[in-house]
Amino acid sequence: MNAELKIRTPEGIVFAQPLAGPITRFFAWAIDLMAISAILSLLGTVGNLIGAIDYNIALAVMALAYFVVSIGYGIAFEWLWRGQTLGKRLLRLRVVDAEGLRLQFDQVVTRNLLRFVDMQPVFYVVGGITCWLNRRCQRLGDIAANTVVVRIPAVSEPDLEQVVSGKFNSLRQYPHLAARLRQRVSPEEASAALQALIRRDEFEPAARIELFAQMAAHFRAKVEFPPDATDGVADEQFLRNVVDIVFRSRAETPVRNMASV
Amino acid sequence: MIIDLERFISVSCPTWSELENILKEIEAEPTLRLNLDRLQRFHELYERTAADLAKLNTFSSEPETRRYLESLVARAYGEIHETREKRRRVYPLRWFFQTLPQTFRRQIRAFYLSLAITIAGCLIGGFAIVLDPPSRHVIMPFGHDQMRPSERVQKEERQTSDRLSGSKTSFSAMLMTHNTKVSIFTLAMGMSYGIGTIILLFYNGAILGAISVDYVMDGQLRFLLGWLMPHGVIEIPAILIAGQAGLVLATALIGWGNRQTLGQRLRLVSKDIVTLIFGVGLMLIWAGFVEAFLSQYHEPVIPYEAKIAFGTVELILLCLFLSKSGRNTRSQKAR
Repeated sequence: MNAELKIRTPEGIVFAQPLAGPITRFFAWAIDLMAISAILSLLGTVGNLIGAIDYNIALAVMALAYFVVSIGYGIAFEWLWRGQTLGKRLLRLRVVDAEGLRLQFDQVVTRNLLRFVDMQPVFYVVGGITCWLNRRCQRLGDIAANTVVVRIPAVSEPDLEQVVSGKFNSLRQYPHLAARLRQRVSPEEASAALQALIRRDEFEPAARIELFAQMAAHFRAKVEFPPDATDGVADEQFLRNVVDIVFRSRAETPVRNMASV
Repeated sequence: MIIDLERFISVSCPTWSELENILKEIEAEPTLRLNLDRLQRFHELYERTAADLAKLNTFSSEPETRRYLESLVARAYGEIHETREKRRRVYPLRWFFQTLPQTFRRQIRAFYLSLAITIAGCLIGGFAIVLDPPSRHVIMPFGHDQMRPSERVQKEERQTSDRLSGSKTSFSAMLMTHNTKVSIFTLAMGMSYGIGTIILLFYNGAILGAISVDYVMDGQLRFLLGWLMPHGVIEIPAILIAGQAGLVLATALIGWGNRQTLGQRLRLVSKDIVTLIFGVGLMLIWAGFVEAFLSQYHEPVIPYEAKIAFGTVELILLCLFLSKSGRNTRSQKAR
């Protein structure tokens, strides 16, 4: 599922954030469940200590603690960590306002209280089905609170040294065509080419030849280079040259602070 | 558009870094107020970064820079275009004495509907007991149908020892958490276009009506009032207010005669729903205490008249609080 939250600003700029699917969210919830269990077992120890003094008060404290922790965990963490619980933070997910605005306290409370319907009848079946059917992957609590859960992809520099060996790149002889290639290759295509090269040793030999032949043909069709730049260049090498063109110019002048996104 | 990417990034990078630093500052301290100069600078940086993103969108073989700028613009957009009030401090007393009753009155129509559904349930439950007495085994919760009200009253009044001795606190906590869960569920069922909320309110009303009529028919009205009133005059309105919140949610979801989008409608009622459910939580804490420490004691320990008087005072105070508190305040006048 590659759904995106697209926001058009009044200035006419469109930005997109990838939405988290039900499976990722389920795993985040499972981590949170473990965190809640850990907190409760810790409180259980405190309860046992109180129980040694007064069993009745210990029972009351445990009943209230269970209730407060099970409901308040999501509210407290999502409010203090700006839309993240422990599970969401580990899986790089974040609750955000569906209109791209600042997340409000009442939105956090609403989406957490509405878990009571989403978790029906067991294991978030209602919430999971709603999330799966909804084009913005919202469970009922998200719809009521007008929130969505987005993925925060880690932004890191591509390890070009691994795939681009620094050999002569015949495509660079034609800078105007290289610039056109950079313009015509979409981010998804560039990323697919890079991934194919990084993972080239994982493929079966026949599949590897077939894959690189198809990808090279695809990129050759984007910009037609003169024959002396492409003749005799193997498909895999051609793809290396393409990746070198697309990524290399920036790799030499890395953007500062990117890792902090 | 073909741009000199290296130059573009090296020229724009300081702008992006400055914007990111301001964003980090704002996010780290929610109460931070930027002065006018910094606010203008923040806006300028946002617009320049947004423009850079637009440029890069036409030069799309830069996935990571684009993702980075999208993330920056998204964060800044949320801060700049947000028009809802940013809470800097929480004032519990102001919230309790002004916000809660004002919200209740603002959504009073949903409360009346909640009340009407519960009364309809009461009538049906009551009629069922009058017309078909054996139906008590179906309508009443397990335990209440096992003996006649007069038998229970005799049993309760004969008790010489405190049967809740040593367990009042835990019983009280159990009541608070259980009733709060039921209330939250009643609110949350508003997402079923109100159908779930209506069913829960009606069912609660039916049980209440059936039990009340059963006691009245058996000549135990005094006991019934003494038993139910001390906690019921708070607990029952709390459930009604939870139903009110659920119906407010359902109304926003359905949006009859409202041209606003679903998101806008829900955004408008979100704060009211949260205020109401927090109010319900407080009411149920009080009701839990009273039920465990007072309601379960009957004559000769506590005279019924005293319990009925206590319940009456509570009900009057609750009505006064919900109808009068927070009137003539600045926020109320502004509305």
